[in-house]
Amino acid sequence: MKRIYVREEWCIGCHLCEYYCAFANSGEDDMADALRGVKINPRIQVEDADGGVTYAVSCRHCEKPRCAEGCITGALTVIDGVIRLDEDKCVGCYTCIMLCPYGAITPSKGKPVQKCELCLSNGAPDATPSCAAHCPNRAIVFEEGASPCGL
Amino acid sequence: MRIVIIGNSTAAVGAVEGIRAAERSNAFDAEKQAKAGGGSSAEITIIAGEREHTYSRPLISYLLEGKTDEERMKYRPNDFYTINNVKTMLGRTVASVDPKAKTVTLEDGSTVPYDKLLLAAGSRPFIPPIAGLGAASDGAEYHTFQSLADAKKLEAALTEQSRVLIIGAGLIGLKCAEGIGRHLKEDALNGDSAEISLLGNKALSENRAASITIAEFAPRVLPSILDEDSAAIVQSHLEKQGLVFHLGNAVSSVDGHSAVLADGTRVDYDILVVASGVKPNIELLTEIGAKSGRAIITDPCGRSSLPDIFAAGDCAESLDVTDGESRVLAILPNAYLQGRAAGKAMAGLDEPFTEAMPVNSIGFFGLHIGTAGAAKGESSVIKTESGYRRFFFAEKRLAGFIIVGDVNRAGIYTALVRSKLPIDAIDFDLVAKKPQLAAFAPKERRKMLNGETV
Ligand SMILES: Cc1cc2nc3c(=O)[nH]c(=O)nc-3n(C[C@H](O)[C@H](O)[C@H](O)COP(=O)(O)OP(=O)(O)OC[C@H]3O[C@@H](n4cnc5c(N)ncnc54)[C@H](O)[C@@H]3O)c2cc1C
Ligand code: SF4
Ligand code: SF4
Repeated sequence: MKRIYVREEWCIGCHLCEYYCAFANSGEDDMADALRGVKINPRIQVEDADGGVTYAVSCRHCEKPRCAEGCITGALTVIDGVIRLDEDKCVGCYTCIMLCPYGAITPSKGKPVQKCELCLSNGAPDATPSCAAHCPNRAIVFEEGASPCGL
Repeated sequence: MRIVIIGNSTAAVGAVEGIRAAERSNAFDAEKQAKAGGGSSAEITIIAGEREHTYSRPLISYLLEGKTDEERMKYRPNDFYTINNVKTMLGRTVASVDPKAKTVTLEDGSTVPYDKLLLAAGSRPFIPPIAGLGAASDGAEYHTFQSLADAKKLEAALTEQSRVLIIGAGLIGLKCAEGIGRHLKEDALNGDSAEISLLGNKALSENRAASITIAEFAPRVLPSILDEDSAAIVQSHLEKQGLVFHLGNAVSSVDGHSAVLADGTRVDYDILVVASGVKPNIELLTEIGAKSGRAIITDPCGRSSLPDIFAAGDCAESLDVTDGESRVLAILPNAYLQGRAAGKAMAGLDEPFTEAMPVNSIGFFGLHIGTAGAAKGESSVIKTESGYRRFFFAEKRLAGFIIVGDVNRAGIYTALVRSKLPIDAIDFDLVAKKPQLAAFAPKERRKMLNGETV
C-alpha cells in the first residue's frame, strides 16, 4: 500500500506540511479562514534534530499497529491497511498514545485524540495526502514501500 | 477443526481475529490443518456467562459518566460474529472441562466438544474477608464494579442522596468514583460549585452520588502503579473533586449502613462498593491439573501445560519483558495480544507474543496518568508545569516510567522500555524533557520512519 515516507535530507524545515494538515482537517474551504488567528494542532509534526536536520513525523500506518491492537474501545481499526479512527467510539483514554512508538497519535482539542488518516476522512480534495501534495521540496512522498518498524 | 472459546471479551475477540488472520496468512498451511482434522476454516464457538455482545469492560465507568452508551461500548461491530463465522452461546456458564473426552460441560449439564480449547475467562472481583460482608445470607449487601451488569445495578441503586463508600483506591475503585462522582469545572475547583455538563450527553445518569468516601489499605492511591509523590498529586486532584480518602486504613467491619475502619473511624454509607482487586478465573483448568501461579502459565503462544488447551487474557500469566518475571498483566491490550497469539497458534500458526509488559493509561476527572515497565531501581524525576515525570533505569536502560499530567507522545518512552535500547545510544536528556524521535541516532531514526526503503 501507499504510505507517507520522509526524506530528511530534503526537508527544509518550512513547516508547510503542518499548516496544510491543519487546513485539510479544519473543514474550511479557504486556507486563510481556516488558519487565521489559530494555534494549529496538526497531525504531522516537524522535528528539529542535531545539525539543522528536520523531518516530519506522522502516522506510519504500521503493519503491526500497536495503537489499534491496544485500543480499549475498538475505535481504531485497520481498513485497507490504513489505521482509521472512529471519533464517536473513542473515549480519550490515551492508551494508544502510550503505545505508539512514533508519538503519532496525539491529544486533540474538542475531540479525544487525532491521527493522520491519509486525508481519507476529512474530505480534502487531493488524491495525495495534503502534506505530501504540498511539500515544496518532495521531502514528504506518498508511495509504495516497506512497512516501517518502530522500535 | 472445532475451537471452543470460554469468554466473550477482549482475549476472546483477539483469538477469533487471530484464528481468521492465520487462516488468511500465507504462512498458514491448509494441508497441515486439514490433516489435523477439518477444513481450512475452523468452527469457532464462543461460550460466555455474560449475555451481551462483546463490549469494552473499561467503559463501564464512562457509561455511568455519560461519555459513551451501550451501542458505542461494543468492542467490535454488530456483525463481528457473522463476519467471522462464530457461533455464540451467551448467558451460558461452563462448569467443567473434560480433557480426555475433549468436551466442556455447561451448568445445565449439556456438553460441547472441542479440538482446541481457549480459556479466556478473565477475572472476578476479589472479596476480602471483612466482618459482616455479604458472604452469609444475612451479610451486608455490596456492589462490585467489574461488568456492565454491575454498572447498571449500581446506577439503579444510586440517588442524589446516596452516600457511597468504596473499598479500594485502585484503578477500579477510582474509575467507579469517577463514573458516579460530580464533575466540577476547572475554575470551580477553587470554591465555586458549577458542574460540567458532560459533553451534553443524554446517556448521562441523572444521579450523581451525594458523597464518595474511599477506604484503602495501602498508604496511597493507585498503590500498584504510582509512587508516593505522584500518588499525592493524583489524590489532591481527586480531593478537589470532593472525594474523601481514608488511606492506610482497611475496613474491618460493615453492617449494611456503616463501616468501621482499622483506626476506629466509622463511615456511614447508603451504597457500598467493593473494589479490592480481582481474582483470575482459573479453576476450570487448575481442577484438571493445568500448571498455574496466580493465573494459568502458558507459553508465548498461549499453550497451557495441558494438550490442546490454551489460556489468554486476565486468566493467564505473561512473561513481563521488562524484568523477565511471569505475572498477571491485567490490562486490555495485553489480553488482546495474548488472545491473538493463542488464536493463531490454535489455527496452526505459531507467532509468539513476546512483548508483554505493563502499560497503564488512565485519566481521572481530566488528569491523565501514564505508567509503563518496572518502577524500581535508580530514578530521576522531572517536575514541570505540565506535570510529574519519573524515569526508572536498570542496566543503563530505561526500565519504566510514571507520568502524571502531559502524556503526549509518551509512546516513545514505552518503546524505549520495550526495546531495551541502551540509554547512551540516544540523547536521553532531550527525550526526557519532551518525547521526540530527534533523540535517536539518524540511522535508527530513518529506519524507524521509513522501514527498509531508505
Ligand atoms: C472498571 C474497569 C476498568 C478498567 N480499565 C482499564 C483500562 O483503562 N485500561 C486497560 O488496559 N484495562 C482496564 N481494565 C482491565 C480490562 O478490562 C481487562 O484487562 C480485560 O477486560 C481482560 O479481558 P479478558 O478477555 O481477559 O477477560 P474479561 O474481560 O474479564 O472477560 C471474561 C469473559 O469470560 C466469561 N466467563 C468467565 N467465566 C466463565 C465461565 N465459567 N463460563 C463461561 N464464561 C465465563 C465472562 O462472562 C466474560 O465474558 C479495566 C477493568 C475494569 C473492571
Ligand atoms: S502505532 Fe502510531 S504510527 Fe503506528 S499505526 Fe498507530 S498511530 Fe500510526
Ligand atoms: S484514546 Fe480513543 S483511540 Fe486511543 S485507545 Fe483510547 S479509545 Fe482508543
